[in-house]
Amino acid sequence: MRNEPIRPVGRRAFLRGAAGLAGLGAAGALSGCGSGSTLAGLSVSHRQEGSLDYWNLFGGGDGVRMVDMEDGFRKSFPNVGLNAVTLAWGNPYYTKLSLATLGQKPPDVAVAHLTRMKTLVAAGLVEELDPAELETAGMSADKFSSRPWQAGLVDGKIYALPLDTHPFVMFYNKDVCKKAGLLDGDTLAPMDSPEAFTEALSKAKKATGAVGGCIAVTNETATPWRFFQSAYSQLGGKVLADEGKRVVFDDDKALEVLAMMQSLSKKQLVPGSLDYEGSIATFANGDAGFLFQGEWEIATFQTAKMPFSMTTFPNIYGGADGYAVQADSHTLIIPKQPDNDPARRRSALEFIKSMLDQSKTWAEGGHVPAWQPFADSDAYRSMTPQSNYAAAADAAVYDPEGWYSGSGSNFEIVVGSSIGAVVAGQLEPKAALRQMHTKLGVLARTAQPT
Amino acid sequence: MTTATPTRTAPVRNVSRTGSPDESPRAAAWMLAPFVILYVLFIIGPAIYGLLLSLFDTSLVRGGLGSFAGLGNYQEALASNDFWSSLWHTLWFTILTTPPLIVLAFVFALLADRVGRARWFFRLAFFAPFVIPSAVVALIWIWLYTPGLGLIEAGLGWFGITAPNWLGDPAWAMPSLAITTIWWTLGFNFVLYLAGLQDIPHELYEAASVDGAGPWQQIRSITIPLLGRTTTLVAVLQVIASLKVFDQMYIMTAGGPNFATRSILQYVYDEGFTNFRVGYASAVSTLFFVVILVVSVIWFAIVRKQEKVA
Repeated sequence: MRNEPIRPVGRRAFLRGAAGLAGLGAAGALSGCGSGSTLAGLSVSHRQEGSLDYWNLFGGGDGVRMVDMEDGFRKSFPNVGLNAVTLAWGNPYYTKLSLATLGQKPPDVAVAHLTRMKTLVAAGLVEELDPAELETAGMSADKFSSRPWQAGLVDGKIYALPLDTHPFVMFYNKDVCKKAGLLDGDTLAPMDSPEAFTEALSKAKKATGAVGGCIAVTNETATPWRFFQSAYSQLGGKVLADEGKRVVFDDDKALEVLAMMQSLSKKQLVPGSLDYEGSIATFANGDAGFLFQGEWEIATFQTAKMPFSMTTFPNIYGGADGYAVQADSHTLIIPKQPDNDPARRRSALEFIKSMLDQSKTWAEGGHVPAWQPFADSDAYRSMTPQSNYAAAADAAVYDPEGWYSGSGSNFEIVVGSSIGAVVAGQLEPKAALRQMHTKLGVLARTAQPT
Repeated sequence: MTTATPTRTAPVRNVSRTGSPDESPRAAAWMLAPFVILYVLFIIGPAIYGLLLSLFDTSLVRGGLGSFAGLGNYQEALASNDFWSSLWHTLWFTILTTPPLIVLAFVFALLADRVGRARWFFRLAFFAPFVIPSAVVALIWIWLYTPGLGLIEAGLGWFGITAPNWLGDPAWAMPSLAITTIWWTLGFNFVLYLAGLQDIPHELYEAASVDGAGPWQQIRSITIPLLGRTTTLVAVLQVIASLKVFDQMYIMTAGGPNFATRSILQYVYDEGFTNFRVGYASAVSTLFFVVILVVSVIWFAIVRKQEKVA
């Protein structure tokens, strides 16, 4: 159920975070908001002239980079007192954002996942953005990658500006792959069929003497779902239709993918018992050739100074033009404002523009930038391994639309639990599919609460 | 010797009854006011509000109560497999944790009470885990249970035992959570028992040993009966605490694997906060409240009856 999971913060990261917070506090004091950033964001009297409240959900390496970007904004706009509030990601974040907006105390700008932003839009909690206004602010549609831009539209209207795409990717250990004969120079052997994929994993297993690849399944629902969704979408499969009112599994395709995933653990190429931390540790220790996870783990392995690289999730079923991969995007939204103050809104858009202009900092954390001026530049193309999987953004498949769907939603928990149980060998593919039909059916029949 | 025993306990009982009944009731009302106000504001008020919400299709992301649903939310809950399975998980957890948390707390309190030297150390050792926050306990035990790297697996390996996948196997996940919880919360019951033990006059044991009773007979005929009230208290508090389980499961298994450890409170959380269905979640909460009430009343009645018999 997690995206960037909650986990123990390393001492160094903590110190850096603490330093960042201290910096925030200092900046707050300098700009005349002596109450400190967090308190100011939560207190009633936060609507000060010339201040800007910004809520985000970034922890770990993303959090540190976001603080850098906030400092970048402060430097460019010294007159705006930025109150940045970081909240724990996931359901608590969206609950708080919804309640603050309903209670007429919304932040001026907030981060939302593209797939969760739509639920907020349906509940009428997000300001619509006018194309002319965006043009003036220097953020017209053509400056964004088309896939996240299009996916973010609701009935053709703009509510969110995408910051990035964060696809499911494949990490690989260069030493292991070389030893397994899977690496020719810098090019990884193709894995464009279930057989080729399985063979690569079994070669890697021989090379490590431990496991071939890692998929987190214990106490983790997002990773199994992302793996399944990527392969299933390559077959052209869909899960929901009519905005979540119908469950439309293509049973044959779903069973094929589930059987493939189970065969990996049955052949002991992938352990069926790893949790998120365990999958990271196994890969970092060099006990696995491959790790299937979101690109945000890049910083973990850079810190570990191990010989790794990253590439797109393999095109197991897609063939020549059917490549697809599960992804979501972080977007920036303006929550519904109680007072339509044009100055605040202008300031909010300036802030968003400033975040987009710092896409380079953001891309270092692994996310594929949506901001074309940077995504199209040599600076990004020369950034490795980040640019290796830039193509994933164009093939991104977002979680299906529905009020109960999206990153960290009950939809992901329901399907991820069933799929995880298949990999762990606790459920047969048919039983798992039946369970997904039943549980999603209940959600699909429930009246939309938004 | 035996005649001397009652004289010591009698005055202690009387101390609590010295307040005269004709003191101004107004003073009592003032003394109670801070508690009553907070209780009404944060317990009674929200409970009534929750009851009201359960009759509506209230949404978290819309203002107002939403449309009137009557008993629709209750019907939906009672017909839902997820409701019944998560309720069973909570009961199963209560069954797994309550007996060990009573028996072990009693045994350890007895041992710590008898130990001659460094008594403070043993008391601290058993109580210390209780003061650790749930998130920290969860993280420690996740690492202990981790397959391949965990300490428990390595420890069992020395004896040639193959460890199960503690948190990853649906059959083992709940017992694993129960073990963690027992280690964590034992200290509270332990302290209650320790206090109870110190209230038992030493003369009783002296008299019993003069009469030729061995240690085991003393425990059975003196300690256990005289700790009856403590046991009632510990048992009732423990059942309620176990029924309220949420943190450990939410952090250690997130209700998994495949929903095998989703407690009823997590179901409420999933529906209310993740699915935004506050009305429905309130109905489930109300049903759970009724379950806690029934279980507590039955449990209380049984224990009280046994106490009278003993």
